[in-house]
Amino acid sequence: MDIHAESVPQGRVVRLVGRLDTKTAPDFEKEALMWVEEGCRGVALDLSGIDYVSSAGLRSILVLAKKLQSVEGRVVLFGMSGVVEEVFSISGFDRLIPVVEDRDAACKTLG
Amino acid sequence: MERTWSATLDHMEDMRQFILGAAEGKLSPRREAHLDLAVEEIVVNICSYAYEIPPGEITVRVEETEDSLGVEFIDNGVPFDPLAAEEPDVTRPLADRDQGGLGILLVRRVMDEVHYRREGGRNCLRIAVKKG
Repeated sequence: MDIHAESVPQGRVVRLVGRLDTKTAPDFEKEALMWVEEGCRGVALDLSGIDYVSSAGLRSILVLAKKLQSVEGRVVLFGMSGVVEEVFSISGFDRLIPVVEDRDAACKTLG
Repeated sequence: MERTWSATLDHMEDMRQFILGAAEGKLSPRREAHLDLAVEEIVVNICSYAYEIPPGEITVRVEETEDSLGVEFIDNGVPFDPLAAEEPDVTRPLADRDQGGLGILLVRRVMDEVHYRREGGRNCLRIAVKKG
């Protein structure tokens, strides 16, 4: 999986590409927690390039969301489709973490 | 068709290829993704609960019927029925959420059938997905 992080005034817009699974989730989690360590308080996750997510992937997003919440930051998701959207819905993660239409709406939510 | 691996995550990709290879052309892309997900969740579960060092074994058996594809995961680890655990409450707020049970919840929701049985000192978990 590739992680493309871009700094914006509200924090970071992060595009993930590939599979967010048992193999790739630990690396994402490590990197994401580093952003928070560095002072980032808002993460907009672009999941349009993610074609697969498992419970390990969900867990890494949960860890980031909890970490950000503990420092009064937030995470927002956009770009989900197909089975990825289905997995977020089954797990209730789409009600746990704000899901918005697109990048603009995501940045607005963070701001 | 059937194959056995040692129960470590290093073999996850092999198991995945074995099962998805057998499913090729028989499932819609959406159902194939469901099967992919169920395979990961089940193998991760078995590799984490079932064994000490050295790792035990997982046997994967794929069976095709006229209208469905069945996959059986057989391991010789400690007795463990993943279906017996209570389902996580997916409506709880962020601070109260952990990952416990999420994997098996996903398996139950995306598969058409999930059965567990303990047989001859082994755990057998069978999933099935309808073709098409």
